[in-house]
Amino acid sequence: MSLLKIESISAGYGDAPAVSGVSFSVEPGQLVALVGANGAGKSTLLRVIAGAHKIWGGSVSFHDQDITATQDFERARQGISLVPEGRRLFASLTVKENLNMGAAARRPGLWNLDSVVEALPMIKPLLSRNASRLSGGQQQAVAIGRALMSNPELLLLDEVSLGLAPIIVDEIYESLSTVRKSGLGVVLVEQDLSRTIKVADYIVCMLEGHNVLEGAAAKLSRESITAAYFGHSIESFDDATKKGGATK
Amino acid sequence: MTSQLSADYKVDHFQKKATVVGLVGAAVFLFAAVAPYIFATDVTSAWIKLFYLISLATTWNLLAGYAGMVSVGQQAYIGLGAYGIFVFNDMGLDPYSSVLVASVAVGIIAFPISYVAFRLRGGYFAIGTWVIAEATRQIVIRFDSLGSGRGRSITTYTEDAIYRNLFTYWVALAIMGLAIVATFYLLRSRLGVALQSIRDNEVAAKSMGIKVSQTKRIVFVVAAMGAAAAGGIICLQGLGVASPNTIFGVNYSAFMIFMVLIGGIGTIEGPIIGAIIYFLMDYYFSQMGLWYMVVLGVLAILIMLFLPRGVWGEISHRFNFKVFPVGHQVQPLFPGIKLKKK
Amino acid sequence: MNIVNALIQGVLLGGLFAISALGLSLAFGVLKVVNLAHGQIMTLGAYFSVMTLTSLGMDVWLSILIVVPAMFAIGYVVQRTMLQRALRMGELAPLMITFGFSVIIPNVLISVFTNNKLQIPIGDLAVASIQVSDSISIGVMPLLTLAIAVILIVLLQLFLARTRPGRNMRAAADDPQTLSLMGVNYRNVYAMAMGLAFALAALAGVFFGIRQGGVTPFDGQLTVLFAFEAVIIGGLGSPWGTLAGGIVLGLAQTVAGLFGPELPLLVGNLVFLLVLVLRPTGIVKSKVAS
Repeated sequence: MSLLKIESISAGYGDAPAVSGVSFSVEPGQLVALVGANGAGKSTLLRVIAGAHKIWGGSVSFHDQDITATQDFERARQGISLVPEGRRLFASLTVKENLNMGAAARRPGLWNLDSVVEALPMIKPLLSRNASRLSGGQQQAVAIGRALMSNPELLLLDEVSLGLAPIIVDEIYESLSTVRKSGLGVVLVEQDLSRTIKVADYIVCMLEGHNVLEGAAAKLSRESITAAYFGHSIESFDDATKKGGATK
Repeated sequence: MTSQLSADYKVDHFQKKATVVGLVGAAVFLFAAVAPYIFATDVTSAWIKLFYLISLATTWNLLAGYAGMVSVGQQAYIGLGAYGIFVFNDMGLDPYSSVLVASVAVGIIAFPISYVAFRLRGGYFAIGTWVIAEATRQIVIRFDSLGSGRGRSITTYTEDAIYRNLFTYWVALAIMGLAIVATFYLLRSRLGVALQSIRDNEVAAKSMGIKVSQTKRIVFVVAAMGAAAAGGIICLQGLGVASPNTIFGVNYSAFMIFMVLIGGIGTIEGPIIGAIIYFLMDYYFSQMGLWYMVVLGVLAILIMLFLPRGVWGEISHRFNFKVFPVGHQVQPLFPGIKLKKK
Repeated sequence: MNIVNALIQGVLLGGLFAISALGLSLAFGVLKVVNLAHGQIMTLGAYFSVMTLTSLGMDVWLSILIVVPAMFAIGYVVQRTMLQRALRMGELAPLMITFGFSVIIPNVLISVFTNNKLQIPIGDLAVASIQVSDSISIGVMPLLTLAIAVILIVLLQLFLARTRPGRNMRAAADDPQTLSLMGVNYRNVYAMAMGLAFALAALAGVFFGIRQGGVTPFDGQLTVLFAFEAVIIGGLGSPWGTLAGGIVLGLAQTVAGLFGPELPLLVGNLVFLLVLVLRPTGIVKSKVAS
């Protein structure tokens, strides 16, 4: 039984498609990475999964329940938590209040204020600070912490390293591996290929809204991923599950 | 007209259509001008109201629909325009020229007022204009020469009722024509493009080098002048101002908003059609009194929620049809070459 | 001594304006909606109060216990059924809809209740006063109004800072879409904020009616301007600023009253416009106070 299963999802802006016919699934405890260039539709896809972006076609199921028509806040209550691009902290709330907003879904579980602060130690001295007065890395840590506070079963992470210093990114990824020990499924959108390959169990490569390559991280070569990333021919890569994009 | 796009394309400013519309408009105008010789006085007398309603709706639409300034305080200028007639009439000017002179004077007054009003944005701008209207009324009624709150009548006026009606009719028609033509040319000018970019995104417009405040200020003053001229007509037709509370009443804003919303905000045709609809409703249902206002309010809400483009906006959207060519369209010079759409 | 008396009365009047402004300020802070019908909602609240106290024979204070929750419910429903839809259509639609209400409400009230002033009886409290000196006496009711204004501001701040619905409102003011990602339906939060704004308006309407010796259908056209002026003079930020704004407006009106009975409203409006001009930057943004 899959934790998350999406089937031939399409979505877009106005009349312009951003995601076309993408399918994949996430097992409990698995980390799936979505890679692709800017504008490949990764963020849109994550937002569709979270229910924050209108779906044009296809279906989303969570625990084998069809949630395609379920609203964003209901999905959050069922255990899908999105860490949005740009962190989107509540600027006029303190860090502690931001974290507590994450618990609004009232889901029971391991995560609470104490355990989140323990997993993301850089938050600790900031708890009473206003969220508008944080650095980018601090904001990112709080955004992840806020998502964990809902005790999600599926964590959707959008561009966590964007605009952050490498040392901060290391710290955040380290926290992430601590977090994964609790067994939650993760879908990660990331520009940094080498980091992605290191942490991911499974990789989905997107190009112009299509799923062009996917496979277990261990079985995909770096070259095949790079080729798919930039849209070169991928015919010679045998281990990859090749997808024909739009003609699928 | 060629553009910087490429040699294969031209920017169509609808020059030809503008000429046709101009000719048809001139014909309608001429017909309306000679109408008093054809129809009975009570018909043309009713038309005076239609003319000033169209002027009011057109200028409110210019303000809110094109420049994004939602005012609920245009009654300030309606009232000033009406009272201005007394001022200039007392100075020896005939009441008809007084309408135009008062309108210009109100434009001059509106200019400094814009500096106060522009301190506010959006909804707060709306209530701010309302406060300005109230303050204006409270100042005007302090003048004994203006009737100090009891209203006043015009002292030197044409004796003959038929001529009086005729002159008022022509002034009202001229002002309506001016309001429409001025709006049309304003929107076809560089200012029109600036306005639409401000309405769509003020910050972006500013960064493109558009003088946002200056552009909005021009519209604010023009809209005030239009409202003042309409106020002048209301005063002429009423032989004076019966009650300052009515001429400075927020109900005028309600009527303007209703006309523009029902006709279609942000189009030139919409307010004209809205004014005609309102005129007919007013003609047949205004004896309902209070409930009539309730019906107007309910209709305005329903239109806003379910027909936000208004009657004309819906028609022109469905059939991609406009009477007044404002804006422009990029077209291939050679049919067959398709414009690439992103 | 006249001027001292005017100053004291002005401060007390400021309390009334502050109560009137709280709901307007809250609705703008959370939803960015300027409710043009705020004054008419106040008037409606006063009429509801009069209706309950005449039909059920109850006290004004008891009627508030019915009217305030009822207006909360109305505000909630209005937001969910109409304003929520309007919000998605841009800035114009909510303004036009609330303006529509501001036209509908007084005309319905006249049709039902006529133009006559309806009394809101409060018994001896109406005339009770504390004699400070020969020329200065402080009315108990105005004093009570100011005290209630202060209490309401404190309660509102505690609500926003300490309770979950209050925090949700602040979060919704910042970023409604992200609030939904937290598992909270922001539409619900918006509706609660609008309900609270209506409830506060109704309460303010009752107090305003008491002060004016009764309520008439067109009171709202006046009170919406007072409430708005208090919010803007106070600087659109904190409820305490709104109280300060209310007091400035109250002082302007009562001091002007010394020079002529017709002056208070005009001078109040002019002081407001002056403040608007003198503020270094216009009013462009606001947040719910925390």
